Amino acid sequence: MPLSGTIVVDENLCKACELCIVNCPAQVIALDKSRITPRGFHPASLYKEGCTGCGTCSVVCPEAAITVYREKRTEKESNA
Amino acid sequence: MTIHLEDMQVIYQHPESLLNVNTHYCPGCTHGVAHRLVAEVIDEMNLRNDCIGVASVGCSVFAYNYFDFDFIQSPHGRAPAMATGVKRVHPDKVVLTYQGDGDMISIGTAEITHAAARGENITVIFINNANYGMTGGQMAPTTLPGQKTTSSPKGRDVEQAGYPIRASEMLATLDGAGYIARRSLHDPKNIRLAKKAIRTAFETQVRGLGFSMVELLSICPTNWHLNPAASTRWLEENMLPYYPLGDYKVHPALKDLKF
Ligand SMILES: Cc1ncc(C[n+]2csc(CCOP(=O)(O)OP(=O)(O)O)c2C)c(N)n1
Ligand code: SF4
Ligand code: SF4
Ligand code: SF4
Repeated sequence: MPLSGTIVVDENLCKACELCIVNCPAQVIALDKSRITPRGFHPASLYKEGCTGCGTCSVVCPEAAITVYREKRTEKESNA
Repeated sequence: MTIHLEDMQVIYQHPESLLNVNTHYCPGCTHGVAHRLVAEVIDEMNLRNDCIGVASVGCSVFAYNYFDFDFIQSPHGRAPAMATGVKRVHPDKVVLTYQGDGDMISIGTAEITHAAARGENITVIFINNANYGMTGGQMAPTTLPGQKTTSSPKGRDVEQAGYPIRASEMLATLDGAGYIARRSLHDPKNIRLAKKAIRTAFETQVRGLGFSMVELLSICPTNWHLNPAASTRWLEENMLPYYPLGDYKVHPALKDLKF
């Protein structure tokens, strides 16, 4: 099973370009239509479980808005 | 599932050499990706206090507001001339220019060509988005045959406007060039390859191996009248065949480089 991960999107930087959304292999990002950023965009955000922490979204983000976290391998192994 | 961020490892975070500020770039514009990659490489090589950038004229004119290291701004097309002076006065610093295609291979053709011919030990980040972005999407020397722009509304007519310039191939013929490569920013795999090329270009300069340039094929959603995702597909389908990716000049001393 892939390690689990998560992302945090800096809503001051995100411009809702959707490049992270179309490139996420797990298809777990969407624009959050219920929120609006200081610059007037609906920010990208995780909308369901399944993020693997692969980092692809951060590679394509033109705003460097995404911080990517992944569960530590050693913990996973010791829990297994 | 409760996630505790403090128990997790950080896979990616905002590079230190990039200020945490909003840019004026349009949503999806890959000028932002190019900035990020340059900043990541400067961080990796620990060069932030030893780096001087020269911004050009074009959408990236305000690059000095976004990078967290010393930066100046040059007249249109003259960044390589300014970088030449800066590097000669500060030979111990890493000096880069950041230029668009209108800037570098139109009004600035003489400066870039002679900087490469002289083997100036500078690094050029060259953004090819097939038009003049800042001024409203006019035809650039890199505009593709048949491509519609505001100054070629019926499509670039090569009988009248001539053919696009392949800057990497052209500059690679000059003996002063140590490293010349073309990469693309349209998908994750190619962005990762672009970063390696930028790293190689800075290594070229640090080792004193001559002029280095990375040409980055880049999207301009606003003037292409396509959304960012559709722009990446347009780039892939139209620019890649005309502008093949690859290394056009690699100094022999770079061949064993590993990182
Ligand atoms: C001497 C001079 N001539 C013309 C201009 C107008 N001008 C500003 S930006 C630009 C072209 C920029 O295009 P490019 O270098 O491709 O950068 P982009 O905006 O696409 O990133 C031009 C012609 C100028 N500022 N100065
Ligand atoms: S880290 Fe990978 S899986 Fe998680 S949101 Fe980003 S692209 Fe998707
Ligand atoms: S790629 Fe970056 S700027 Fe674009 S929607 Fe995703 S987080 Fe926002
Ligand atoms: S006009 Fe084009 S090149 Fe300029 S910021 Fe907008 S998308 Fe980027």
